[in-house]
Amino acid sequence: MSDLQRPAADWELQFVIAGCAERRVPIEIIGSGSKRAIGRPVDGTVTVTTTSLRGISLYEPNELVMSARAGTTLSHIEAELAARGQMLPFEPIDLGPATGGPQGAQTIGAVFATNMSGARRILHGAARDHLLGVRGVNGRAEMFQAGGRVMKNVTGYDVARGLSGSWGTLAVLTEVTFKVIPWPETAATIVFLGLPDNLALELLSVAMALPVEVSGAVHLQASVAERLNHPGLRSLNKSITALRLENFSSAVSGRKHRLKEALKVYGKALELDHRETLEFWGELRRLSVMPNRPTLLWRISTKPTTAPKLVAAIKRYMPAEAFYDWGGSLIWLEVPATADAGTAEIRRVTAIHGGHAMLIRAEPSVRASVEVFQPLSPPLERLTRGLKAAFDPAGILNPGRMYANL
Amino acid sequence: MTLSRMPEPDQAVLDRSSAIIKDLEALIGVDGVISEEEGRRAFEADALTAYRQAPMVVVLPRSTEDVSKVLKYCHRNGLKVVPRGAGTSLCGGALPMADSIVIGMSRMNRVLDADFVNRTITVESGITNLAITDAVSAEGFFYAPDPSSQLACTVGGNLAMNSGGAHCLKYGVTTNNVLGVKMVLIDGEIVDVGGAYPDAEGYDFLALIVGSEGQFGIVTEATLRILPRAESARPVMLGFSSCEAAGQCVAAIIGSGIIPVAIEYMDRPAIAVCEAYAKAGYPLDVEALLIVEVEGYEEETTRLLRDIVDIARSFDPKVVEASTSPEHSARIWKGRKAAFGAMGRISDYYCMDGTIPLGRLPEVLSRIAQICAEHRLKVANVFHAGDGNLHPLILYNANDADEARRAELAGAEILRLCVSVGGCLTGEHGVGIEKRDLMDVQYTPSDLAVQMRIKSVFDPNWQLNPGKVFPLSALEASRASAAADQAA
Repeated sequence: MSDLQRPAADWELQFVIAGCAERRVPIEIIGSGSKRAIGRPVDGTVTVTTTSLRGISLYEPNELVMSARAGTTLSHIEAELAARGQMLPFEPIDLGPATGGPQGAQTIGAVFATNMSGARRILHGAARDHLLGVRGVNGRAEMFQAGGRVMKNVTGYDVARGLSGSWGTLAVLTEVTFKVIPWPETAATIVFLGLPDNLALELLSVAMALPVEVSGAVHLQASVAERLNHPGLRSLNKSITALRLENFSSAVSGRKHRLKEALKVYGKALELDHRETLEFWGELRRLSVMPNRPTLLWRISTKPTTAPKLVAAIKRYMPAEAFYDWGGSLIWLEVPATADAGTAEIRRVTAIHGGHAMLIRAEPSVRASVEVFQPLSPPLERLTRGLKAAFDPAGILNPGRMYANL
Repeated sequence: MTLSRMPEPDQAVLDRSSAIIKDLEALIGVDGVISEEEGRRAFEADALTAYRQAPMVVVLPRSTEDVSKVLKYCHRNGLKVVPRGAGTSLCGGALPMADSIVIGMSRMNRVLDADFVNRTITVESGITNLAITDAVSAEGFFYAPDPSSQLACTVGGNLAMNSGGAHCLKYGVTTNNVLGVKMVLIDGEIVDVGGAYPDAEGYDFLALIVGSEGQFGIVTEATLRILPRAESARPVMLGFSSCEAAGQCVAAIIGSGIIPVAIEYMDRPAIAVCEAYAKAGYPLDVEALLIVEVEGYEEETTRLLRDIVDIARSFDPKVVEASTSPEHSARIWKGRKAAFGAMGRISDYYCMDGTIPLGRLPEVLSRIAQICAEHRLKVANVFHAGDGNLHPLILYNANDADEARRAELAGAEILRLCVSVGGCLTGEHGVGIEKRDLMDVQYTPSDLAVQMRIKSVFDPNWQLNPGKVFPLSALEASRASAAADQAA
């Protein structure tokens, strides 16, 4: 059992890190710990949680900006935003349920530290796109700030955004400032049934090329769709291809009509109303179709046109079930558990088709022995080591979480 | 102006210049090297014309391999390198030093691949911003970031400065629209970061590279996101008798849940100059003019404009004029887009670029007026109100040394003001040479140290675009601390 530290102020965190840096003691950095089963396991002598750094420090609805201490829960933030008719643009995904962790527990700091975005990313961009500024403490025990609270800021390098997706290996974030957007007046979904992967992905690309601002574009293979909670969609035994529109009411109905007209060659579309739309996309946001099981879960980023080919190629080596998000540029792929997690084949196929793959769910022993994050090209690896040394020369922050020996 | 000090040129390098020129000619061909004085002088300044210095030599590569060969040579010989796109930087980002080699990217201007199904385009970095949209518009797409200089500026320069534009309120700035780059590091190594798919692997180097002001490497190719163009875009002009009313109207529009594609603001002096130049039909008897643009399908824009006008009514507008045709829209925009040029016809001006929290707009505008009055200078304000990015234009006579000095002092005071209300020094133009010495107004020494160490990861000897972004004093402090790191 490692020593658990809950700093409640930046200076307390700085004090803890300074002590560890001096003695070269490895620290595991967590928020609520809901993503602890993701990435390579960290063997920390000390565990630092940000959960005592909490609270919203600034919220200006008329300026679409909020600042919050890193340990504030996402659910608290979303409730405060909803009370003013606003939301996070990037619909952060909750990987807790799919990886055996708690649901709805994640902190806002961890959302940005892992750059986890949901379906709405295709319209509004990723978590990192909405990060305006951070405060944090690096592995040198230096308190620093980067970016700020204004929408446009090119004063110096974009260090705040550069820290997104670094999984606590460069610095511990203590406060994040981000952009928010208004809730749409209404939302609707149109659903096509029974399309094979290649046609479904073609449909998604056609839809994304229309100026209707599709805010969700997914395809669930039939075996994946039957895991939905939604009773109507679950029992159809067919693949599901769904498009979401969010806007003011008359725009949604006009755009829905245009979309159906442009896509009529793909068959008759079902419609989900506002309430069903919230339920359906809410499920996907919790990755309910990839429940926690003793199988492996991969997350593969690629071009929409190559996605079905990539999945078909992997299926030549192993059974695989796919949920395509982001118009096909993101694949959640479930494959049977093996000692090497299918790494050799999946990485080779991904390299051939272009893209990158991350192992999301596997036993700790597997995650400790294979590359969990996409292996880097030699020049990128050199830069990665350089960046790590610039922020954390003693290598004490989440050592080995992303890459072994880093 | 009292110019910021540039690093002293290295006499030993200058003494070797003819040998260096010969070597570069051997590397990429005689026609890729400009060494005669007249040719070099064309590269002596960018759009921050107060600073001028011809480089030792200019090279114009035709390929990533050319760039790699030149950088490897410069690395081995300890030479300074200044990357240059079209030279439209407003902060001296492309200003050469006497002992530097300018690498001009203008010959690398091809579209390599337009992929309409996956909605991406891959281009060489010397292509102009507007040429990207031109290459995809027949298929109904566009490239979103639209800096005012988009006819001339290159995407390489846009990446270096993380450029914005009038429409970034809805579509974001350069960093939100780039998926991958091919970059040559100072030692000549070629690195691919990201690609035609979302969220590059590992650390977000793309975030660091975009906005690094040419100090991390030379980007030779970029893969960008392209978007389907809306069926219609229509602006409405709203004139107010006070800047407070205009500011409150902006906040009310955004607070209502409508996100327009652009909200532009002009004050009375700016309106007068733009109207005289562009005959856009702007009202001359208002204190503040907003141009609010919405887009979508025809029936949607009609409704959105109606909603916006309804909101504006509560702030007692003197003028409400919604566009009724594409020609009308073009006329409304013509004045705003010509603002900097129109201003340049009547006076020299110093263009500021601070960003502020929108709620502080009225007090900041009145303080700007006060600061300029104290320095006996006129000021006109033209800016992107939706995101708080101000462009006060301080008018002065460049031939009057005292007036030029006062303009610079007033400018620095305005930027300090922006930072003091929670804003920043520069929203879209970059730091360059111009705002270098103000960086410590916004950042603590450890904030700056964090940034400078990242620079050293990419370019350990600080050869790429030196003398910019960081105060020279901070630089010296960082060298000392790096030496201490080495010793530890």
